[in-house]
Parts: sequence; C-alpha cells; structure tokens
Amino acid sequence: MNTNLESVQPVSGEEFEYSYKAEITNVYPLTRMEKLYQIQLVDPMERERFIFRPGQFVMLELPGIGEAPFSITSSPVRHGDLELCIRAVGNMTKFLDRVGRGTRVGISGPFGTHFPVEKMEGEDILLIAGGLGIAPLRSPIHAVLETRSRYGQVDIIYGARRPSELLFGYEYAMWRQFDVGLDIIVDREEPGWQGPVGLITEILKERIAKGQTDRFRERTSAIVCGPPVMFRFVCDLLIAAQVPVEKIFVSLERRMHCGRGKCCRCNIGSTYTCLDGPVFDYWSVLNLKEAI
Amino acid sequence: MLFKVFPVAELARLHAILAADRIVGPVKKGEDQYGRSLYDFDVVHDFVDLHLDYGQTIHSAKNYFLPYREDLCTFTFQGEGSGDGGDWHKEVDYGVYAPLVLFGLHPCDINALNKLDKVLLGGRYPNPFYGEKRANMFIVGHSCSPQPFCFCKSMGTDSAIRGFDLFLTRMDDLYFAEILSPRAFHLLEQIDCHDPDSSEHRRYMDLMEVRESLFVAHVDTSDLTKILDLEFQAPVWQEWGEKCLSCGTCAQVCPTCYCYGVEERVDMDFTRAYKEKQLYSCNLLDFAAVAGGHNFRPESHTRLKYRYYHKHRGFVEAFEESLCVGCGRCGQSCLARITVPEVIASVRATKPL
Repeated sequence: MNTNLESVQPVSGEEFEYSYKAEITNVYPLTRMEKLYQIQLVDPMERERFIFRPGQFVMLELPGIGEAPFSITSSPVRHGDLELCIRAVGNMTKFLDRVGRGTRVGISGPFGTHFPVEKMEGEDILLIAGGLGIAPLRSPIHAVLETRSRYGQVDIIYGARRPSELLFGYEYAMWRQFDVGLDIIVDREEPGWQGPVGLITEILKERIAKGQTDRFRERTSAIVCGPPVMFRFVCDLLIAAQVPVEKIFVSLERRMHCGRGKCCRCNIGSTYTCLDGPVFDYWSVLNLKEAI
Repeated sequence: MLFKVFPVAELARLHAILAADRIVGPVKKGEDQYGRSLYDFDVVHDFVDLHLDYGQTIHSAKNYFLPYREDLCTFTFQGEGSGDGGDWHKEVDYGVYAPLVLFGLHPCDINALNKLDKVLLGGRYPNPFYGEKRANMFIVGHSCSPQPFCFCKSMGTDSAIRGFDLFLTRMDDLYFAEILSPRAFHLLEQIDCHDPDSSEHRRYMDLMEVRESLFVAHVDTSDLTKILDLEFQAPVWQEWGEKCLSCGTCAQVCPTCYCYGVEERVDMDFTRAYKEKQLYSCNLLDFAAVAGGHNFRPESHTRLKYRYYHKHRGFVEAFEESLCVGCGRCGQSCLARITVPEVIASVRATKPL
C-alpha cells in the first residue's frame, strides 16, 4: 500500500452550492418600494418537484450581484412558480428593482421551518402582520384560504405605516370572500384613508376583547411577522389573552449568506435561523437570548 | 490504538516520505521585540524549516481547511448578462487538486478540526468545500509543552484521542508514536521503529505527568451554559465591550471560528463573476446587520457577548462540547488584551473588572 495520499478523494455535496435556474416571468409594482416578482423554475421537472411549506424561504441569487434570503409569498400549491415580495432597500434588491421579466436568476431552497398550518386544522387562526411582515404571511394566508372549511374563525390583522404602503390591496376583497376577518390599521393617515389610525396593538386589543378566553386558550393559533420591535408587544398581548406560547408562531429575520447552517451569520445562541427557523414557536423564542 | 517508538533521527526520513505530498507545518516567521521566535503554519519546503518545538503559532492552520478567501462558484455569462434575455452558467469547484499533509498539529488544533467536522460535515447540508479538504488530509500530530496562556486542560482538549493519523511525542532521543490509520501504520513500516517496551511505556507516562503539571491557566466551565444564561444582562459584559475594539482579530487567529460572508466580484469584461466566501468575525460591526439598516447587535458588547455565547453555550447545547479548544491564541493576539479565562471568570464572579 502506498503511504502517500494517492489520488484526490472526492466527496459528495452537490446540494450545497446547487441552485435552480429560474426566470423572472413578471414584475408587479405594489408600492413605491415593494414589487411582486413572479419567478419560475426553468426546468419543468424541477418546477414540479419544488415542494415547500408556507413560511419557508429561498436564497435568490443574482450572478455577479449577490445572494439573499427571501420568504416565499405564494401558495405552496404553486410549487416552483414562486412569488417573492421584495422591498428595494439593499444593494441586491435595488439592482433587482431595475431588472425586468426574462431575467435569469438562481433559486436554492426551500429552506427552514414553516408555519404548521396542517396542525392548526380545526382551530381559529390569528394572523398578525406589520409592514413587510405580510410577505411571509401571504403564503399561509393562501394555504388556509385554499382549505378554508378545515379552520374555524380566521382573522388577519395588518398594520402599515401609511395607506400607500399597504401591500396586496387588490387581494383584500378576495380574502374577505373566504369569511376572513380583515382589520387594517395605519400609523399615519393619508388623503382618502377611512380606516383606523394607530398602532397594530390597538386593533389587536379590540380583536382580543371581542373573543372568548377559553377559545384563545384551547383552540387558537397565532402567526406573527413584522419589524423586530413589534414582536414583543404583539406576543405579550396574545399571551395575556391566554393563547399558549407554543401556539404562537413568529417568523424572524436575520442576515444570511448560505441558508444551510454553515455561514453562522443568522445564529442566535445555539440556533440557526436558517435551519431551526425562520419560523419559531414563541416557547423557543423565550428560550433564546436576543431573538426578539 | 497501536504504539511505536523510533529514534529522533528517523524523523527526517518520515518527513522525506511524506514530502511526496505538500507538507504544511510550523515554520519560523520572525521574532518579536523581545527576541522570541514567532511561528506560523506554512508550506514546509525543507525538513530544517519544520520547527516541531514551537510553543504556539500565531494563527491556526485554518487557512488550509477554511481558507480566508475561497471561490464558491464561477458564473459565465452568455449573451447580454443575466438580464435582457441573456443567460449564465454556474460552475462549482471545491478547489482540491492535491492531498495535504499537516505536520505538527498540537492536540488543541486537532480537536478544533474534530469540532469543526461536527458542524461543517454534519446536518442536512455538509459543506463539500471543507469536506473535500478533510478527506484529502494526512495529519501528524505533535505533543506540546503547555504555554502560560493555554487553557486547553479546562476545555478537555489537552489531548487528542482521534482526528489524526499519527501522533508523535518527543521523549529525549525517541519519538513515541500513536497510530490511528492504516496509512500511518504503513508509513512507519518504512522507517526504523519498534514496539515500545515496558520501560518506554513508563517513560511516556512519566512525561505526561510532568506535562500535566505545567498547565497554569484555567477556566471554570462547570455549569457555564446556565451561568451564561443567568448573567446575560450582567454589567460586566458592557465593561468588556468598552475595551473591545471590534477588530475581529480573535476570529482571525481562532482555530474554530468558521463564520463567513459572501461577496461577488465581476471580471472587468463582464464575462465572468465569482461568488467569493470570506471568513468573517462576529465582532465586526455589520455581522448581524440586515438590509434596511437594522442591526441585531449594534453595540460592541453585544457582539463580544455573542462570541462567548456561541462558543461556550450555543455549541455546547448543540454538540455537548464547547467550540473553544483553549489554545489561547485570541487572548495573545487581542489588541485590547481580552482573554477568555478573564472574561469567563468575571462573568462567573459577576463583579466589576
């Protein structure tokens, strides 16, 4: 036997850097800052086999520009016909803001944990979104509406800074048709706004006051996503209303460079937001320092 | 485990046989202001450059299994770039074309590799860039003489029981060899060595006893995960944060710091782009900054604290061992003279510095 190392030993790891070739098929401006990107995996087989759960995310890659994580905002039944709602705020998203349909991008994933809507069947669901937090929530909203009869009361509470910053306004009427309570509140008024003005917690308090404690305690799940400052206030109200901590689900944002638990950038203590999150139940959040 | 003993003079032959492959080992890089030698891991071109009597190297051998810069993939653009109907092709190259011999790693650095294996080769997405380097690595460990700043004893990493092919302990005119792989076994067949007799066993054990007594730095790790949780808001963190310069030197020299960032660079003629991984440090200001301006750890002390929480709490929860191997390099290199034993002692005591 040769004592030298001989030839190079290969290792398998195709999954690590693999990304699906995808194409931006449509771009819809939603507000001044956000656009809805329809992105289709180019290979029909890959598109069909791209199975994800509501709340999971993908890494979107623009060759030569960058790669970043985005929650999938479309329904899981659409497989690799994805929709991503993206705010033009960083280097990569500002570049994305200038490209049109036909652009070829890389998609890897889906990554991370999901909102367990399948376990919430038979229960009331409270979906609470602040600002761009509606993007990851639109996927579970669609998933729940597609199987609406399996759920009890469904309420969506959505707050934005201004009426002009509200996302997916064209879908609200459709959501309401599915017997969904939809309450919208804005921080600041704009001409033509007739809805309530104030913080999202105010409208949540009203919703809680209308509900029954035993229903909150025994058959309610909550799904929450918003800016970092929102989580504690909203979750404290839900806990005070006796929604069990393990039935409150939040989606957390962190910086990520791999999505695969290797770059360590999304780490919170022992937890990788990309593997153990982005969806956490509030019990896990309470056990993590500086999670929210 | 199999043991062999060979005369010190045979080491040159061992080196010569291994030199068919690239050898990386401790070489002398210069001297500090007191005339003490400074060592680092580098390619060993000549046996005389191999300084196995080194105390500790400035950097770990990390650059050879987790390079500071590494291309993850190459994009070749076809047509008009990625937009405007153009397309691109992605190629991944793990960049391993030849085997590597790491000659002279101390137990702490071998244990660092064992710990990195757990996180980088485990889980759902093993990292093939690291994995391929590890699969093509022959490790010759070498015993050390504890330095005043080494606290590996406290971290349980003062001896290596796996993660090497061959481990050498110098006993005056003899080398005592521990053999862990058939490759190392066959290597020793080519030099003049024999099975140790009982007097050589005795010599080895006596030597270990002496070494044991040389450790001076200690860290009390009992209940540390809980204490770190209890003292998360302790004011002492703030005091360390005020000292810390957030320069990231500690991560640079650390044998187990593996976190990274990714940047893309484009060729001047726009025909190619490269996705480049660069090792990073959780102490740098933008480590946890996200687009839109929010930074999850904006203050220096929150980042310093995070570093300790990941090494001594988070990793312990995940793998039942600390990510720190107690090599003491971070404390030696720290411009603000922050050392792990002092930080942990101050948190345990929860009293001002």
